[in-house]
Amino acid sequence: MDFNDSPTEAKFRAEVVEWLDANATKRDPDDTSALSMFSERESPEMIEECKGWQRTKADAGWACITWPKTFGGRGGTLMENIIFSQEEAKYLTPPNIFMIGLGMAGPTIATHGTEEQKQQWLPSMLRGDVVWCQLFSEPAAGSDLAGLRTKAVKDGDDWIINGQKVWTSGAHYSRWGILVTRSDFDVPKHKGLTYFVIDMESEGVEVRPIKQITGGANFNEVFLTDVRIPDANRLDREGNGWAVSLTTLMNERMSIGGGMGMGADMLIGELNRLAETCYIDGVLGKDSAAVRQKISEYYSRMKSMELTVNRTLSALSKGGMPGSESSIIKVAMGILLQEIAAFAMELQGGAGFEFGEDSTYGGGMWQELYLGIPAIRIAGGADEIQRNIIGERVLGLPTEARVDKGIPFKDIPNG
Amino acid sequence: MNFQFDEDQDLLRDAAQKLLGDKATLEAAHKHMDKASDYDKELWSTMAENGWQGIAIPEEFGGAGMSYLDLSVLAEELGYHYAHTPFSASIFGAAEAIIVAGSSEQKSTLLPKIANGETIGTLAVFEQSGRHDYAGITTKAVGGKLSGIKLPVSDGLCADIAIVAAQADKGLSLYVVDLTQAGVERAELRTMELTRKQATLTLNNAQGELLGEEGQGEALLDNILNRTAILTAFEQLGGAQRCLDMAKDYSLERYCFGRQIGSYQAIKHRIADMYVKVEMARSNCYFGAWALTSSEADIPEAAAVSRIAVCDAYSFAAQENIQIHGGIGFTWDANPHLFLKRMKMQEFSLGSANLWKEKLYKALANKAA
Repeated sequence: MDFNDSPTEAKFRAEVVEWLDANATKRDPDDTSALSMFSERESPEMIEECKGWQRTKADAGWACITWPKTFGGRGGTLMENIIFSQEEAKYLTPPNIFMIGLGMAGPTIATHGTEEQKQQWLPSMLRGDVVWCQLFSEPAAGSDLAGLRTKAVKDGDDWIINGQKVWTSGAHYSRWGILVTRSDFDVPKHKGLTYFVIDMESEGVEVRPIKQITGGANFNEVFLTDVRIPDANRLDREGNGWAVSLTTLMNERMSIGGGMGMGADMLIGELNRLAETCYIDGVLGKDSAAVRQKISEYYSRMKSMELTVNRTLSALSKGGMPGSESSIIKVAMGILLQEIAAFAMELQGGAGFEFGEDSTYGGGMWQELYLGIPAIRIAGGADEIQRNIIGERVLGLPTEARVDKGIPFKDIPNG
Repeated sequence: MNFQFDEDQDLLRDAAQKLLGDKATLEAAHKHMDKASDYDKELWSTMAENGWQGIAIPEEFGGAGMSYLDLSVLAEELGYHYAHTPFSASIFGAAEAIIVAGSSEQKSTLLPKIANGETIGTLAVFEQSGRHDYAGITTKAVGGKLSGIKLPVSDGLCADIAIVAAQADKGLSLYVVDLTQAGVERAELRTMELTRKQATLTLNNAQGELLGEEGQGEALLDNILNRTAILTAFEQLGGAQRCLDMAKDYSLERYCFGRQIGSYQAIKHRIADMYVKVEMARSNCYFGAWALTSSEADIPEAAAVSRIAVCDAYSFAAQENIQIHGGIGFTWDANPHLFLKRMKMQEFSLGSANLWKEKLYKALANKAA
């Protein structure tokens, strides 16, 4: 056990810092803009900026540190990847709109794709030339993802797709999407799925924004009407879509969980600022034991989060796929951020529900965070689904009683 | 960077699990609760034969000179298996105090006997008021003679020596006190935990030997208690893990409405929450062990976050373990209450989580400054 860099890691870190210094601007530690979530719909200018930064990283060999060099990666280690992320977070860089591609679609294609498919999609994904989105959830298939009913019918060398997807982040600026469909309604639900890569510019794809409780619109509904997908874009075999989806979902939990260890110092710093400014019944926040102890508790829990991510990655770096253990990070993180945001608003007293530019404290960041957090607790498998995963796959408890088990999909009651 | 124990430490864990699995059973703990004897003497000797007491004590002072990571592994297993020995009082408390504050002569005299289990030490810092701040310490030291009342003193009935905090001319100071001398009276102090006996020590002009400089007691104690807290946190972590395992096993064994109770989300999710808290606490404890081994400057923060996280995890796990066991969990003959009581003993004997939250707040302010 050694929390410090090994000499090789220290050398790598120095190299990273040198490159970042030359190519990016250091972030003011008090700048809280990195915490902003789900506020404004992404503009084309912002997308270009994101793509530009990814290209700069790719040119210098810093994009996708763990990917093989054949696809433009660095062939580096998970620890090197952590080091780069730790350092990059200290600089002003555009938001990461490539997470679905690089964190989910990429590993899925790498695991299930043919050589040709990997060559076709991975290098441009890595360079940030194209953005990817994920067409999984449907109005009637969220937690019960395998209950999806978007239909795929074989037609010569193509498939014809009809259905509706929902909660598709970034569909409005993505060129490619990963799509899971039902190709057979006569077999039990997990067996009739087929997984595709879809060109979002295909005829019959319609993207409509969803306005969220934050007031912004970062997600979409995607309507698929007689969309043709060439059979060459099928990942893995027909009917094996659930196995492919699980690869995506494992990686999704890991990237959501892994990405959330950041920002602890920033959040706690902001809480301290509020405690030095706000009064409760005439007592300054920091002079109240209740306030101090809450801040300490949140710091301790944030620290657990950061260290647990590192511990998981430490285990992974010795080999193996991301396991169900990453569910614990996701379960703990959502509720923690929700509690912290609610506490920060409480500290603000009567000003706690002021919003946006009218907010007295923190430029409205806490209110924005508070409204955005429910998405973290629901997306990528709701907290309750994660608890089932922990209970069943990590601890070996009995699976849920499933009334739809072994029944042809078309006969399962729905509504 | 590596955030895990290494292979040798995993082997040590396997060996500890095997030994404690055989020797430290919960049946034995039940029997022990009704007895007047202080601790499991047979286990204590076996541990000494295996060199456990001295595992992290430097070789020059009679120990094995291994690291605090190794000691942490043992601590976790002691907590898991509910060993009832004075290990934590003697090794996490007294030995650490001597390592931190002792002169080389004191180390040479005292540590070898602690390392081989011959001497049992303990900390006697706090008093009747229950205050864990130093202002609550009223025991006086006049010319090396100590008078006052210390409680609760862990394993104070069986200990041979105690590290006593007392107010001297130059302020709070630490002393090594031989508990077998005439000026020391000991009486059992009843607590809810019946397998780890606590004592009240009444010092009446008892002879003490200064440990560290006179007047440096606060700074020394801060350091000693941080170190004790980290090692104790591993013992607590082991206990929390045991509660989780007990709850899981019972939920697989017990049927209700024709199904194993672990198949109900109400139970399954509760056990998942136990697991999440235990794993989160485990991460903070590892931070503590690493700080103790390799990064002195991080000890105050690491001790506080270990302690805060593990008190929360153990308290949740011990309470919910009883709930998941249902009625049987409320009976004296069942095992869950052992851990509930041990949990509270470990929480309060080093100060509640609230105290450690205050300590963390100060540690972070110092770090920022």
